Amino acid sequence: MSGKHLNLKLKIWRQSGPQTAGSFVDYQIEVSPDDSFLEMLDELNNKLESEGKEPIAFESDCREGICGTCGLVINGQPHGPIPKIATCQLHMRNFNNGDTIWIEPFRAKAFPVLKDLIVDRSGFDAIMNAGGFISVNTGGVPDANEILIPKEIASASMDAAACIGCGACVAACKNASAMLFVSAKVSQFALLPQGKPERFRRVEKMVKVMDDLGFGSCTNTYACEAECPKGISVTNIARMNREYFLAKVKSKELEV
Amino acid sequence: MVKLDSKIPEGHISEKWTNHKFNMKLINPANKRKYDVIVVGTGLAGASAAASLAELGYNVKAFTFHDSARRAHSISAQGGINAAKNYQNDGDSVYRLFFDTVKGGDFRAREANVYRLAEVSNNIIDQCVAQGVPFAREYGGLLDNRSFGGAQVSRTFYARGQTGQQLLLGAYSALSRQVGLGKVKMYSRREMLELVVVDGIARGIVCRNLVNGEIEKYSAHAVIVATGGYSNVFFLSTNAMNCNTTAIWRAHKKGALFANPCFTQIHPTCLPVHGEGQSKLTLMSESLRNDGRIWVSKKKGDMREPNDIPEEERDYYLERKYPSFGNLSPRDISSRSAKEVVDEGRGAKGQEAVYLDFEDAIKRLGRKAIEEKYGNLFEIYETITGENPYAVPMKIYPAPHYTMGGLWVDYNLMSNIPGLFVLGEANFSDHGANRLGASALMQGLADGYFVIPYTIGNYLAADKPEKLSVDHAEFENVKKQTEDLTKKFLSINGKQTVDDIHKRLGRIMWNKVGMGRNENGLKEAVNEIRELREEFWKDVKVPGNDKDINQTLERVGRLADYFELGELMAVDALNRNESCGGHFREEYQTEEGEALRNDEEYTYVAAWEMEELGKWKLHKEDLQFEYVKLSTRSYK
Ligand SMILES: Cc1cc2nc3c(=O)[nH]c(=O)nc-3n(C[C@H](O)[C@H](O)[C@H](O)COP(=O)(O)OP(=O)(O)OC[C@H]3O[C@@H](n4cnc5c(N)ncnc54)[C@H](O)[C@@H]3O)c2cc1C
Ligand code: SF4
Ligand code: FES
Repeated sequence: MSGKHLNLKLKIWRQSGPQTAGSFVDYQIEVSPDDSFLEMLDELNNKLESEGKEPIAFESDCREGICGTCGLVINGQPHGPIPKIATCQLHMRNFNNGDTIWIEPFRAKAFPVLKDLIVDRSGFDAIMNAGGFISVNTGGVPDANEILIPKEIASASMDAAACIGCGACVAACKNASAMLFVSAKVSQFALLPQGKPERFRRVEKMVKVMDDLGFGSCTNTYACEAECPKGISVTNIARMNREYFLAKVKSKELEV
Repeated sequence: MVKLDSKIPEGHISEKWTNHKFNMKLINPANKRKYDVIVVGTGLAGASAAASLAELGYNVKAFTFHDSARRAHSISAQGGINAAKNYQNDGDSVYRLFFDTVKGGDFRAREANVYRLAEVSNNIIDQCVAQGVPFAREYGGLLDNRSFGGAQVSRTFYARGQTGQQLLLGAYSALSRQVGLGKVKMYSRREMLELVVVDGIARGIVCRNLVNGEIEKYSAHAVIVATGGYSNVFFLSTNAMNCNTTAIWRAHKKGALFANPCFTQIHPTCLPVHGEGQSKLTLMSESLRNDGRIWVSKKKGDMREPNDIPEEERDYYLERKYPSFGNLSPRDISSRSAKEVVDEGRGAKGQEAVYLDFEDAIKRLGRKAIEEKYGNLFEIYETITGENPYAVPMKIYPAPHYTMGGLWVDYNLMSNIPGLFVLGEANFSDHGANRLGASALMQGLADGYFVIPYTIGNYLAADKPEKLSVDHAEFENVKKQTEDLTKKFLSINGKQTVDDIHKRLGRIMWNKVGMGRNENGLKEAVNEIRELREEFWKDVKVPGNDKDINQTLERVGRLADYFELGELMAVDALNRNESCGGHFREEYQTEEGEALRNDEEYTYVAAWEMEELGKWKLHKEDLQFEYVKLSTRSYK
């Protein structure tokens, strides 16, 4: 631990509010390689505050890669250069003395900037409200072991459920598509017996809201999977497309 | 006059909850929609409560300072959730879970509450599975369990190392469904700053819209607060960055009693502090202690690399002091022992850290076996520290993790202010002086899914509280008070930053109100906290304004509350002249250094009423142990 300090030049996006134009501002900082990326920003903010200047607004909470609150585009990559980690898990030892680092918010039409590096991702909640659940009320459910679920199925469902709702997939996609996020939720439930009764309703409703909110369409570039901190697989997108197709067929059948 | 009435129902412990449910007043389904309920906090406790109440028909307004309910701190729980299913046929039962929890809490929790917790634990698992929570399973398709936190039965349900995430996402999806149906109105990016109390009854809240800075007023027939724990009073803890005490502390200042504030849990296996810039501490799963051996050098100030320290110069202090439990000694004992050796100057390379060594385990089981068991954790360790734990022993150190204390509540989870209910980590109710692993998730969901839906109905039906208009003078007063406080923060314009001062407060708390406490230290702590508080109010600097996102303003308010709570924690620790669970008073220990309870004088809940800042009145709720006999723990 504790190697030599790094001298870095930071180019950070500053934008005072949703309606104002933003721009990159230069900062110089010296940090320990043991610091995390966000600790570097803490230190910079502490310095700005002590000078009476407004600190850089950015979000984080768990700092363990699980809550999905953090999310910055670092040198053009959502969550930075190291695969399969969230921004809060990135450490400064992955940078070199003298580096210039560009820091921006996640950008997408459906994720408007609120201030500096903070964006509004409430679109994800709106999609969830439309269908991201199994319709059961509290109480009156069967004993947990009455539903047998093969280990492989539970495990595949868990793979999809691991999504932290960070939005990096949207930020990585040139169309700002939310397909990876939505398909992860659809898959988690579609795989499980409990989720089957309303699988078609669910996928139709979620996709509709996704489209209404201005998330783009998927053109299979797979940039989302590459930047996803949880390694959510694009096979989920294929599964969702199947579910959606089946849902359409089903609703046609019902019309007859 | 505050009167403590725990409202424990009559009857045998196994029948109390059933009888109570039967005796409670009901509201007919059509009338529920005439009632508004505010739920502050949408972690496990709050989200499960909000969803369940909305399903019943109440109009719910749910508040969180996060941008989404899915971000609550509950999401980072790793290990698992307990339930008394006895799926493993290994002798578990509701009674055993109850027994273990009372004993684990070192006899400072209310028996009736703990029993109910154990009783509803099974319903929680059923509920979560029905919601689609992908718990780990066996090949036959049944649910898998593991043992956790020193329990002798396998009763812990888990979803990989992400149990809290999956449970929270389950509760969040139930909540989302109700938001979609229009039964819950979700207010995100709102921080509750005050409770509004009129004629002694909780009527609503005042909060800050964190995006535009507006101070907003909301009224309802009842207010539920489920805002989590206060470990961040130590600055560094395993809690998420934004966890804070503001909601419960401001309610305390409006008359709600604060119970057992000094009961805090220090977790033994966290990553040590790497430097001044450290922002929080990371928990490493306790399971590592199953195979790792904990040691430090026998010599003081030994700066050698761990691998250069020969076997005979190492002190495996837990194995030496507690031969039968060794490296698996309970959380409080292992934490304290680590601090002792560090205080003796024997920390790893002079740092505040001890070694957790897998060399023997790798020799015994092979690297592959260790990789299978802990590969994921070793990776996390390497990402954070840059060191390879297969080759060099890990460094670990205890860190503040969980707060058993919180607002006092009766059996119905209602505080002494009628209409104010408190759930989850924010209340004091079920864990006594020490919480067992995998029991916090259980409690949060028990409170939200299975307790509050009953007890709030009883309150509304029996007390028939009135909903006031937000134009009522008291709402205006409280709003004004909040705006004035904001102006005050912005106008101090001193020289020190919020974090710099918070770190200093954290240092006082850690050194004197942390793992080992003594009379002198606690008295010094009270003085030091007061002095620093004065300095804070004169010299803190908050840039920006109150009209948009201002994260410094958010933090300064939280710190102001920590200063007051910190003092009360010291006062409570000073009052409790005994050691129990996570509260260790150095004066009260056995010859072997074990916690020495004083059941004669301290078998009570210490519930504090604030008379003015720096002056609290103690109310005692005596605890009766009718079913689990008072006994001493021994881990020798
Ligand atoms: C690293 C870690 C691992 C853990 N692992 C386990 C485990 O394996 N098993 C276990 O049982 N327990 C575990 N715990 C403990 C457990 O996670 C917590 O005790 C529990 O999740 C708390 O849930 P809660 O609903 O009470 O509060 P939280 O989840 O903290 O939620 C609090 C909510 O209140 C909101 N809030 C707070 N203040 C305000 C305010 N003023 N205004 C508006 N909203 C507010 C927040 O936004 C949030 O929505 C762990 C804890 C940590 C730190
Ligand atoms: S799919 Fe991956 S990138 Fe997208 S929100 Fe989920 S975790 Fe983030
Ligand atoms: S802060 Fe929680 S994922 Fe990064």
